[in-house]
Formats: sequence, C-alpha cells, structure tokens
Amino acid sequence: MKFQNRDVLTGINLQVHSGEIVTLIGPNGAGKTTLVRIALGLQEPSSGQRLIRKGLRIGYMPQKLHVNDTMPLTVNRFLRLTGCRLTAVNDALSRTGVAHVLQSPLQSLSGGELQRVLLARALLHKPHLLVLDEPVQGVDVTGQKELYQLITDIRNESKNQESCAVLMVSHDLHLVMASTDKVVCINQHVCCSGHPHQVKKHPAYLRLFGGESDELAIYTHHHDHHHGVDGHVLESQNAPSKGSQ
Amino acid sequence: MPDILLYALLAGYGVAMLAAPLGCFVVWRKMAYFGDTLSHSALLGVSLGLMLNININLAVIFSSLMVAIILISFQEKQRIASDTLLGILAHSSLSIGLVTISFADNVRVDMMSYLFGDLLATGPTDLCWIYGGGFLVLATLAWLWKPMLAMSVHAELAQVEGIPVRKLRMVLTLLMALVIAVAMKIVGVLLITSLMIIPAATAQRFAKTPEQMVVFAALLGIMGVSGGLAASWYFDTPAGPSVVVSSFILFLMTQIVKKKY
Repeated sequence: MKFQNRDVLTGINLQVHSGEIVTLIGPNGAGKTTLVRIALGLQEPSSGQRLIRKGLRIGYMPQKLHVNDTMPLTVNRFLRLTGCRLTAVNDALSRTGVAHVLQSPLQSLSGGELQRVLLARALLHKPHLLVLDEPVQGVDVTGQKELYQLITDIRNESKNQESCAVLMVSHDLHLVMASTDKVVCINQHVCCSGHPHQVKKHPAYLRLFGGESDELAIYTHHHDHHHGVDGHVLESQNAPSKGSQ
Repeated sequence: MPDILLYALLAGYGVAMLAAPLGCFVVWRKMAYFGDTLSHSALLGVSLGLMLNININLAVIFSSLMVAIILISFQEKQRIASDTLLGILAHSSLSIGLVTISFADNVRVDMMSYLFGDLLATGPTDLCWIYGGGFLVLATLAWLWKPMLAMSVHAELAQVEGIPVRKLRMVLTLLMALVIAVAMKIVGVLLITSLMIIPAATAQRFAKTPEQMVVFAALLGIMGVSGGLAASWYFDTPAGPSVVVSSFILFLMTQIVKKKY
C-alpha cells in the first residue's frame, strides 16, 4: 500500500480463517488501521489482492463513532438504520449487555455503553467475520475484561453453527486477548506473528491487575530487527537480517 | 391579495419546504461550506446559460454538478485540504461567472437579482420549476431516506454494511444542485445556503428524531419566509435578505431555550 509514493504497507500476508481470532498489534503509524480498511474493502491496495469468501458477511466496529450530535437519534433508530427488526435489535443489545439504552439518545451514552452499542450493531447481521478496531479503547480494565469475555463468547457460540472469525486491532503492544489464536505484529511489514502466552501467573500481570484473569494475555516477543524513525528496517550487527521470526 | 405577493409567498414556501430536508443533511454531514461552493458556482451556470442562450435553470444544474464532480474527485485524491479546495472553487467559479457575463455586452442582466434574489419578481413559470423540481427532490429523498441517514451517521460503517455510499453522495449533490437552481431566483446564490442551514440548525434543538427535525425545519423556514416577505412588503426592504434576517431572528430566539441534553 502506498500513500503518495511512500510505502505504508509492504509484503503483508494476512489470513483469517473461520472461527479464528486474530489480533493485530503494532506501534502508531504502523499501518494497522490501513490494513483493516483494506480487509474491509474500504480502501483499494495499490498492489496485491484481497481474497474473501463469496457472500461473506462482515460486521464492523469502527474505532470510535464520532457521534454526530447534530442528528437526533435514539439507539433504537441507530440500530434499525441497518434494516433490522426491533426483536433483532433487542436481542443484539441484550447480548452486549446494554438492553436498557434502547430508547436513549445516542449522544447521552457513556463511552463504554457506546462501544457495546457499536458491537451490537456489528452483530446485527450475524457476521462471518467480525472486524474490531481497538474495541476496548477508553474502557477501564474491568470493562475491558468484560468486553473481551463477550467477544470470546461470541466466537465460541458461533463455533457450532457458522464459525465467526474475529480480526481485531489492539491498542496495546503487549496486552492482548487470551483467546487470541494468532497475534500479528506489524510495522509497515509483518514483524512477527505467533500465539500469545498465558499470563495468569506472570508477576507483572498480577502486580498490575491484582488478581488472576482468563481474558487477558501477554504477547511476549522480541524482534530480530529494528525500525528507524521513518519505519524502515535498519541493519543490525548482531541479528540476522531476515524478515520475521 | 395582489398576485405578486401570492406568487412570492407560494414560491417562498415551496423553497422552504424543499430546503428543509436538504438543510438537515447539510447540517448532519457538516457540508455547509460545500453547499456554499455549489451555490456560488451557480453563477457560472447563469453566465453559461445567458451566453449559450439555453435555459438558465438547466445551465445552473449542469455547472453545479460539474463543480461537484471536480470537488469530489479532488477530495478523493486528498491533495489539498478540503476547506481550502472549497474556498478556491467557490470564489473562482463565482468570479469566472461574473467575468464571463461582463464580456457578453448584448445581454443586459441585473446581477444583483442573481446574487441576492428577487422574490417579488416570481412568476408562474418559477412556481412550476419550484414545485416540479421540489416533487422530484422530495420523492428521491423519501425513496433513499434510510440509506441516506445511515450514510450520514457513519459513512464507513454504512459502506461495510453494503450501502453504496459513493452513489448516494452523488445523488445528494445532484439534489442540492437542483434545489440551488430553483431557489436561486428567490434568495440569490449568496444566500441559498443560509436558507437551508438556519432553519435546520434551529430545528435541531427541539427534534427527537431526524424526521421531526425535517418537519420543524420546514415550518421554521415557512415562518422565516412569511416574516421576511412581510418586512419586504411593508418596509420595502430587499426580499431575499429579509427572509434570511427573519430566519436568523428565529434562530436567536430559540437559543434562549434550554437544550434537551
């Protein structure tokens, strides 16, 4: 992917299989959002291909809904703009735990409630692929755990019927969801990818959250190369100058 | 009631009802400057129409659409900041229009009436344009109402959900060009956007749903037209600006009322 002849993403190969949870991590400006936009079909890559299964339904939860406070809209109306029935809307809202805000104006919701409403909207069309751009941004730690649990439940529930895959961008470099099957770390190219480690017993984790949890995991990883300020891979003396681990 | 006043009232009410839904979209989508640019470019259409001797309304629709297409294609490339581009196109097209007209010495036109409108000069033909065009605009909006709302709340979310956002954006622009073409005679190219925005912005405070906002905006627009025409009739003030001033007074008055949340 190029922006004005500057390479933003190169040599990316990202696969999401059904029923799989893939988390994208990377520093600011690494191209996470661009990659997600390409995956969603919102942006055409300057080279390369986007292959999707025919008839794939995508549920998208954008990074933040800039609620246009000039439009008077209740949560109910907001969700029914998708063409769904009231029962479906109610189901989706109870699913994400915010059934009580059905008749509230969109502008009056708290940050956490809004995230859940957005997740409900992404779920409305029974997606095969759920794309979440920093779903827990601005949500406190307890709320994060709850949301992650919810996302895991959604994947597990759908496992029996039609598997729902999840592609998620994480706001944190090291903290990802425990149920993630694959973590992909990108910085203009794929730096590394792999499984996250359980962190239940990790002392740093215990210090931070004061208790055990099943929802969060630490993705410990070391890169064999360094990036300059412009994002280019720098030659390093002691590491082999190959691509990813 | 003299014919001249009846025509003016009917024309004003028609434009107010037309401007209401589009004005709401302009407010929701934060397109005020875009609307301004479109209406400024209408003058280019006027000069084209006069030079080539074709129907002025059609020429205005055509030129507004051309400017809109240039704008949208430039915006997609994102070479220049959007508002800079809008500023360039708005005043360039207005100036090109004025310069072109000055070359045509065989046509004598009252530029003031195109810039500020001449509501009291409305005739039956204008009424046909307003109500004919108005029906077309309102029918299209009613037909595409839901996807248009979805696009205005969050364009990318709507696009992922399969709504043809690009096409809808073009349709909305086309409708705005149409309204500008028919409303130009009434309030003039410099004041058209205010007729769309002010009632919509006033209505926003009281509405609980998007539809309510449109209806309130239409009613407020009609009140503005009535007030402006009354002032124009009794105190001999210019009609177009008087309509805008009376809408503005309504806006100011409602700012005292406390907002819902």
